[in-house]
Amino acid sequence: MAKVVIDGTEIEVADGITILNAARQLGGHSVPPAMCYYSTLKGSGGKCRVCLVKVAQGSAKDPRPMPKLVASCSTPVADGMVIQNLTSPEVLEARKGVVEFLLINHPLDCPICDQAGECDLQNLAYEHGVGKTRYEEERRKFEKIDIGDKIKLHMTRCILCYRCTMVANQLTDNRVHGVLNRGDASEISTYIEKAVDNDFSGNMIDVCPVGALTDKTFRFKSRVWFTKPMDAHRNCTKCSGKVVLWMKDNEVLRVSARKDQYGEVKEFICNECRYDHKSATDWTIEGPRHIDRHSVIAQNHYEKTDLLTLKKEIERQIEFQKGKPLPEPNRTLAE
Amino acid sequence: MRKLLLEHISEPGIETFDVYRKKGGYASVEKSLKTMTPDQVTEQVKASGLRGRGGAGFPAGMKWSFLDRKSDKPRYLVCNADESEPGTFKDRYLMEKIPHLLIEGMITSSYALGAKTSYIYIRGEYMYIVRILEKAIEEAYAAGFLGKNILGTEYSLDLYVHPGAGAYICGEETALLESLEGKRGNPRLKPPFPAIAGLYASPTVVNNVETIAAVVPIINLSGDEYAKIGLGKSTGTKLISASGHINKSGVYEIELGLPVEEFIYSDQYCGGVWKGRKLKAVVAGGSSVPILPAELILKTAKGEPRLMTYESLSDGGFISGTMLGSGGFIVMDETTSIVKNLYTFARFYHHESCGQCSPCREGTGWMEKILHRLHHGHGRKEDIDILVDVAKKIEGNTICPLGDAAAWPVASAIRHFRSEFEECVNNSMKVKELVH
Repeated sequence: MAKVVIDGTEIEVADGITILNAARQLGGHSVPPAMCYYSTLKGSGGKCRVCLVKVAQGSAKDPRPMPKLVASCSTPVADGMVIQNLTSPEVLEARKGVVEFLLINHPLDCPICDQAGECDLQNLAYEHGVGKTRYEEERRKFEKIDIGDKIKLHMTRCILCYRCTMVANQLTDNRVHGVLNRGDASEISTYIEKAVDNDFSGNMIDVCPVGALTDKTFRFKSRVWFTKPMDAHRNCTKCSGKVVLWMKDNEVLRVSARKDQYGEVKEFICNECRYDHKSATDWTIEGPRHIDRHSVIAQNHYEKTDLLTLKKEIERQIEFQKGKPLPEPNRTLAE
Repeated sequence: MRKLLLEHISEPGIETFDVYRKKGGYASVEKSLKTMTPDQVTEQVKASGLRGRGGAGFPAGMKWSFLDRKSDKPRYLVCNADESEPGTFKDRYLMEKIPHLLIEGMITSSYALGAKTSYIYIRGEYMYIVRILEKAIEEAYAAGFLGKNILGTEYSLDLYVHPGAGAYICGEETALLESLEGKRGNPRLKPPFPAIAGLYASPTVVNNVETIAAVVPIINLSGDEYAKIGLGKSTGTKLISASGHINKSGVYEIELGLPVEEFIYSDQYCGGVWKGRKLKAVVAGGSSVPILPAELILKTAKGEPRLMTYESLSDGGFISGTMLGSGGFIVMDETTSIVKNLYTFARFYHHESCGQCSPCREGTGWMEKILHRLHHGHGRKEDIDILVDVAKKIEGNTICPLGDAAAWPVASAIRHFRSEFEECVNNSMKVKELVH
């Protein structure tokens, strides 16, 4: 076991796990955001750089701080490590920079994007971004393409997290999907536009943090906030059969896998469940799905959109935990 | 000046095994394999104080000692011949003119590390050198210096040349290993470092061509003797690729410690700035390192003469110093536009970014676009501050050093030549006023 301190709170975690997973065990404000890391996909993480944190003390043995900010999703903890996330202005500054980088070539077409309302980039930009862009150059554009008959690829929206290529690599039996070209001309594609046709290929849609990969059977049917998510299951020979039905009245508009509070699917579902059973009678409906996403709206972070105020609030709570008298809380918009 | 690597470079036929051997070639292989244990060879390299010649300047002996020798997996030595840093062409010269020196160094180093298979990863643009190296390797096999039981000893080694497809990023050691494994050349996340899990997840050492070649004189002379050459912690000789506005461009072997002023103005080396013009700026170690104006490259901020050593060139940090880097020494005369030069560099880094991590993928393109506008007379007032800020947000936040390499030239050019950028903006403003 390793004892680590994250934003002033001590927690004991298993050896060798990453800083991000340690923070997730702690929960709350101190969990760094993650756009490319996906716990169920091997080798994911390290690419988007939004989960950068400061390691103020490397370990009990070697207390030196790490020279650069590190990607919390791929850096293992060490006993005695002291980590700063929201309590480090350096981290907040770098994260703001990364969010800006992710957005400069993003089309910002949320009003017509199917992912809007459940988009990780939207949430991230809401919480860590700035309201205005400094980028006045031309944005990169790609043509929309079909990869297979059920998935639409909007490369223009992609943030190159590589998650979908890992799905193709690890869940399906053929490596049909990868990254072409390099730099900001990189694009996710199939080999010479070969169709993605595999029992589990639909999971690419679920792992996509933005609206780059969308379900063609659901596109433009409804805004996601007008649908009612319901937990449901059926006996499936290929997968667990545990899904979420996105319903409007009694009509099933979309079937997706169940995502946890960090937007991650723990049990991937097969294409048969996803595409071929769009009738409520095919399913045993368990009840309404509680969407516990790390969305800013769900967490009421908009009370404290100013992160430095949030930082002060955390420091205030830390002082309180140490038994010191609680100073006057910062007034927020809600008050 | 003493030459260790290029001593016999002008000898006719030195690229052939016979002439190279006659000139004392492969002596280090005989010496190490017959009279030394692998650990003794490593000790000599440690004692020599040899520092990595690829750019970072990390002590080579220390890098070797990190190699996981307890692992039951095979160990590999990989030579990084993916010389793609703009302004650097020393490895090309060495491999083209005296290929057996690299092969000799590979055998001795592989023996020290216990590698049974070694690779030379060479950039795709150097296809003609691949043929030169392959011919030299064939000759070495024929002479019994490669293959099974070299020189009748227990030690066997196979050596392969592997050409890349021509990507700057594949000079980064983990991207190089990915490419060598046949994958897309994206840098890996560290840890694990290659010394623990490198090529095919086995313990691997990746060294630059010049570093490996320098092992030959180290074994021949002994580490301690080699350490006497040079100055302080910058031991030995270094190949410098001199280019730009000088009278005599080319590859020079210098003893580390040579004053920069002597290197630029002496007839033995660059022979001064061309056409009798004045020196404006120097990029001392390949395009990635910070550019320095004439007064700071000749003398440090403290007023001491600047020397060609790792320490002296980095004196003053990035505020008033730079780095020795790969030794790509680019000289610019007074007529050079720093803005245009920076635009060229930025275009290069934008083109070469692998696109794996966001700051570098997006930031390099942004910087190029701003510089393109500035250079073409469409600058805006806020552009300079945005450039500085973007560079700051890339630096240190990326997976591999390409992000830093793209950010440093921008930050330093604006730090030292801000007025030139402001002039660009002002001219753009004036043009705008005239048009409207």
